[in-house]
Amino acid sequence: MQVLSSYEDGRLTLYLKGELDHHEAAAALRRISRTVDDYLPRECAVDMEGLTFMDSSGIALILKISRLMGAAGGRTWVVNAKKQPLKVLDASGIDRLIQVSSAAEG
Amino acid sequence: MKQRNYIKIEFPARSVNEGFARAAAAAFAAQLDPTMDQLGDIKTAVSEAVTNAIVHAYPDQAGPVQLRMRILDDDQLEIAVRDRGRGIPDVKKAMEPMYTTGGEDRSGMGFTIMTSFMDGLRVRSAPDRGTTVTMKKRIRTKAGT
Repeated sequence: MQVLSSYEDGRLTLYLKGELDHHEAAAALRRISRTVDDYLPRECAVDMEGLTFMDSSGIALILKISRLMGAAGGRTWVVNAKKQPLKVLDASGIDRLIQVSSAAEG
Repeated sequence: MKQRNYIKIEFPARSVNEGFARAAAAAFAAQLDPTMDQLGDIKTAVSEAVTNAIVHAYPDQAGPVQLRMRILDDDQLEIAVRDRGRGIPDVKKAMEPMYTTGGEDRSGMGFTIMTSFMDGLRVRSAPDRGTTVTMKKRIRTKAGT
C-alpha cells in the first residue's frame, strides 16, 4: 500500500492507497509517524478514498495515529471510507472515538 | 452435508502470505457468484484468521498455516484456517473485543470482525497442538433468492 500526505494551515491529510493489512501496517505506521513528527499538525484527516481493502490492522493504525495526534492535543478523523473499509470501521465501534465519513460513491 | 468442491492450501506463517490467502479465498468463493459485499466479507474474515495464525501461533518460526475451503450442497461456504502452533490458552478471553496479546499494532478486534462478517464461527484450540478457526457463510444469489 501507499501513504501519501499533504499539509496546509495546520492540517495534515494522509491518503491511504491499496490494501491495508498486518503485513503493510508496520511500514505505514513508520511513515506516518515520521510525517507527523515533521509537520507537528494540529489536526489530521485520514483519507481512505484510495483504500480498496482494510482489516482490523487498519483499526490499530487509526487508533495509533489518533494517539500520536492526541499527545500534542491534535484531533484525527477519517474521510472517504469506501464500503469494505467502512464496514470494518463500523464493526469495530471506532466511530465512538473518531469521526468517520464515507465516500460519496459508497 | 455433502461437499461440491474444496481446496486446501498450505503456506508458512509469513505476513506476506496474508494478501495471497485472501485473494485465493476470494477466487475460490467466486464460483458461488457472490455479491461484491459478500466477497469483501470473506476476504476480511480470512485476512483476520490468517493474520491471527501468523502473529500468534509460532513465536520462533514460520510454521505451517493451512487454508481449507469447502462449498457445501446448500450453497454454504465453509472456511477453516488451521495452524499447528502453541494454541490459545483461553479462547473465550481471546474472543472478547479489544483483547489482544499482539502488542500495539493489533486492535484485538479480529474475532469480533470474523463473527460480524460471517454466519458462523467456531474456534478449537489445544496447547502446543494448534488452533483451527472454522467459519461459515451462506452465499445467496445476486437476485436475493
